[in-house]
Amino acid sequence: MEVKIKVNHKNITDNIPADLLLIDFLRKHGFYSVKRGCDTANCGLCTVLIADEPVLSCAVLTARANGSHITTLEGMQKEAEVFGSFMADEGAEQCGFCSPGFIMSVLAMEKEFEKKGITNPSEDQINKYLSGNLCRCTGYMSHTRAIMKYLKRAGGLK
Amino acid sequence: MFNGKNYLRPSTLEEAWTLNQNKNNKIIGGMLWLKMGHKNISTMIDLSDLGLSTIEENDQEFRIGAMCTLRELEEHSGMEQFFSGMIRNSIESIVGVQFRNLATVGGSVYSRFGFSDILTVFMALDSYVELYKGGIIPLEKYADMPYDQDILMRVIIKKRTRKGVYLSIRQTATDFPVLACAVSQNQEGAWKIIYGARPGKALAFESGLPEKPGLSDIEEAIGKLKSWGHFAGNMRGSAEYRKALAEALLRKAIRYTMDMTRA
Repeated sequence: MEVKIKVNHKNITDNIPADLLLIDFLRKHGFYSVKRGCDTANCGLCTVLIADEPVLSCAVLTARANGSHITTLEGMQKEAEVFGSFMADEGAEQCGFCSPGFIMSVLAMEKEFEKKGITNPSEDQINKYLSGNLCRCTGYMSHTRAIMKYLKRAGGLK
Repeated sequence: MFNGKNYLRPSTLEEAWTLNQNKNNKIIGGMLWLKMGHKNISTMIDLSDLGLSTIEENDQEFRIGAMCTLRELEEHSGMEQFFSGMIRNSIESIVGVQFRNLATVGGSVYSRFGFSDILTVFMALDSYVELYKGGIIPLEKYADMPYDQDILMRVIIKKRTRKGVYLSIRQTATDFPVLACAVSQNQEGAWKIIYGARPGKALAFESGLPEKPGLSDIEEAIGKLKSWGHFAGNMRGSAEYRKALAEALLRKAIRYTMDMTRA
């Protein structure tokens, strides 16, 4: 079946099998930041935004995403770079495999906090929002430090 | 992952229902559980265009469309207030935000999973399901019905004031529950006590608790619970372990609920 999907502001038209998962569609079109880290919709590595909402692209039919706008990490280079430097400063980047999905979730979390007027989120609020992103290297301490500093940076949450 | 040959998005409920009468076709909810299997599906039926993605609220009830996501349910301020956070508490440990942005209320309730937090919490409230052909029936009855080819349109929760809590034990923060317990008390003082992940699907425990239970009433209820033969073992825990947890959760839940009623 034919689908028209906008990925990072670029229109893609493709003829796909009806049961093609969005993660496989995105990788087929070169968006390799989107990765499959588990087989159970639990790890968060395949996180993308559909209409600004973070979802697991391993559990979305491409057919259902027809007509929508998808954002992957490739489309958020600038924002990712800013947060990425906070991660590097805290040594939060180890093998790096989980980072793309994790960064997508952090950026989505920041937007949601802003929308809700949460200017000074607690560690608990952050942990709850990010519980769907697994990292098997760090134990999350360095991640948490990076996020706290990132959210409190000049020009951060307001 | 399953195989699906065709994908259709019916524009009327009748069309969706007709498609669903063919057992080779399957309604696609949030797909989180379905994708774990290896079914061969002829036509994947997507209910996204049937106006079932909203939560409506009026004086009498909340009407939750089957295609609403768990995240929408969790974030709904009306339900948060009315059911004192019970619904949010039951949902926020389910995997993560990205998962809950996909998982649907209809998918959870239709499937009547043993591990379902949602079914457990809904059963502790005054809940009904609305089926396209079967009409509106109490959720407790639906939980017991065999799987059929009808279409679950929405879950309806009556706005009868209840105070209550949702408690669960999990081996890790976002895993399936080892045991779930939802307890509520209505304005007339009647209790509802529901256990989920027994590991079987949610079931009401008739405790016989009076409106204002004293210590001896609680001990009597615990005694009944000890001989309640509805806990079993699986990879997450033995029946004995669940029974011990059930007792601890019930004591806590009664205390929390009574504190809320007093306040």
